[in-house]
Amino acid sequence: MRDVAIVSYAQTQFVRSERNQNEVEMLMPVIKEAVDNSGIPKQEIGFTCSGSTDYLSGQSFAFVMAVDAVGAWPPINESHVEMDGAWALYEAWIKIQCGEADSAMVFSFGRSSMGETAETLTLQLDPYTLAPLNADAISLAALQARAGLDAGKWTERDMAEVAARCRAQAKSNPDAQVTGDFDVDKLLTDPYLVSPLRKHDCPPVSDGAAVMIIAAEGAAHKATNKPVWIRSLEHRLDSHQPGGRDLTTSPSTKLAGKAAGVHKTAVDFAELHTPFSHQEIIVREALGLGKETLVNPSGGPLAANPLMVAGLARLGESARRIWGGHGSRAIAHATSGPCLQQNLVCVLEGE
Amino acid sequence: MNQASQEQTALSAPHILEYDYRRSLGPVLSRFFTGLRAGKIHGIKTQSGRVLVPPAEYDPETGEATTDEFVEVGPGGVVETWAWVESPRASHPLSQPFAFALIKLDGADTALLHAVEAGEASQMKTGMRVTPRWAEESQGSIKDLSHFVPEAEGNADAPHPPAEATTDIVTPVHVEYTYSPGKAASRYLHGLKEGKIVGQASDSSGLVYVPPRGACPRDGVPTSREVEVSSKGTVVTLTIVRVPSENIKVELPYCTANILLDGADQSFTGLLQECNLDEVRIGMRVEAVWRDPSEWDYSSENIKHFRPIDEPDVPFEEIKEYC
Repeated sequence: MRDVAIVSYAQTQFVRSERNQNEVEMLMPVIKEAVDNSGIPKQEIGFTCSGSTDYLSGQSFAFVMAVDAVGAWPPINESHVEMDGAWALYEAWIKIQCGEADSAMVFSFGRSSMGETAETLTLQLDPYTLAPLNADAISLAALQARAGLDAGKWTERDMAEVAARCRAQAKSNPDAQVTGDFDVDKLLTDPYLVSPLRKHDCPPVSDGAAVMIIAAEGAAHKATNKPVWIRSLEHRLDSHQPGGRDLTTSPSTKLAGKAAGVHKTAVDFAELHTPFSHQEIIVREALGLGKETLVNPSGGPLAANPLMVAGLARLGESARRIWGGHGSRAIAHATSGPCLQQNLVCVLEGE
Repeated sequence: MNQASQEQTALSAPHILEYDYRRSLGPVLSRFFTGLRAGKIHGIKTQSGRVLVPPAEYDPETGEATTDEFVEVGPGGVVETWAWVESPRASHPLSQPFAFALIKLDGADTALLHAVEAGEASQMKTGMRVTPRWAEESQGSIKDLSHFVPEAEGNADAPHPPAEATTDIVTPVHVEYTYSPGKAASRYLHGLKEGKIVGQASDSSGLVYVPPRGACPRDGVPTSREVEVSSKGTVVTLTIVRVPSENIKVELPYCTANILLDGADQSFTGLLQECNLDEVRIGMRVEAVWRDPSEWDYSSENIKHFRPIDEPDVPFEEIKEYC
């Protein structure tokens, strides 16, 4: 295995609605910032991979147009995944592991605000038995939340506490969208959005973009920042049928975490891609993170949830925190699909 | 309109993405959907003896192929978990408040996702028994099972069995957006509204892009400077369309050409009319034919089409980079 590190990361501010800029206009300044800080000339970056979905804007080949923001002349070695940018990172990491590149740019973008996010996400469901029912993302998460409430795994108060804690932590993150101090007792008097979920249990609709540069040892030491090493990177998945698995646990996160060696040593914090409040409780359990572990110091997806970006942002926010001197070892997690169906786990370590 | 005020009016417009997917079902799902039309719900046995509903070709726990043993389950079952939708969306299966639920049908080992009509949330309970209601008319989809109701409301008669098997399904896709094209495209559309074709020049190379998207695709830098280009240009490549397709309003056959407008460094696609199709060629000089100014909108449709002009052809050598 080659040692590969995050050498730079940049993201836009995550906002409720970016109406003035298209995807290319959002990406250009963050690509420039990330490349400049990487210490690697743009022409020397060996591979470029993006993660996005054209369904967010309803524009076919939006992912191809986004490459304009990179400046792909002379022609570059480039790829795309119709997944969160965290999986684009996985492809880039594999490319480096295979010796086909020494460095890579990973980027992702999403303007969810242009559509009805919860409905757009029904397009990722089984087209035979699930998609025609238009079971939107909030309703599916609500099925999962109730399963855990019924099983005695968490309470509505536990869920509200997760939301309040994340949004309080987000106060120190200038890129976060929903921040502030919320009173749990008061939150619990709010009406249900889709019972048993209240508005505070759900992520905001967010627009944003993020860019990460990774490099193998050698190239990694040229950067402005000290390298943040990707010690392990694993992903696993569960059945796409929500009725075919126990929704109160996440076997795929547990397997990915075990393969990534998360239990081997203590971590200083974790950034978890858990868009719904109860999902933090599920992923904490799957990764063996107790109450003492600081989770989502950035605020996490409950504070800003740009679709296709929020997973990559967990790795990026972890690296930023390590660069800021607030810890040296972290777990970053990304998810995709309904009810935590697919999960990626990464162990990051500063020098 | 000056640029400052244009900046304040980034445009947006409704946009609907709509199409049907027709999918073949294969033997396992064909059995399931054919059964639904007759009011029967079929699961399939895995090699370990579990019954999967809806049936699948493989066991998600082991990855092994399932057996060829179908099992009729239900029609009644137990609600395993549910979500109360107080304000249904237009796309939801029921228009009044309802529950999405995972329902373990009698005889099944996995739960089916569907809608439950129970009037109000207080009537829903995990563990409650429910029974299906069938669609009045079969669509050959999961919606042939219209929804479930509390079992206390009684079992429904099964619909008439089908004359033939359901071998494929149509899945309609309908997604609505309010699309905003960003700063560069908004400025371009503002130009069209005034009868101008306004491109943008790359900050690095000075190359002029029409229509602009905000970035120089060669260098990945902004295109800050606006450059009005001519309505006249040169055909750099073309095709004659002879096959009808949806959304084409022009009489067949017709010519679509890539046109390099004078002052631009990127070709522009346009319809070529008012000419004999035998005479269209690379290097031909053409001009835009605009609609009446009273009809101008923020739209590329302000240009009706392009037509030939009486100017000598441009030699291939001068335009080969764009051909």
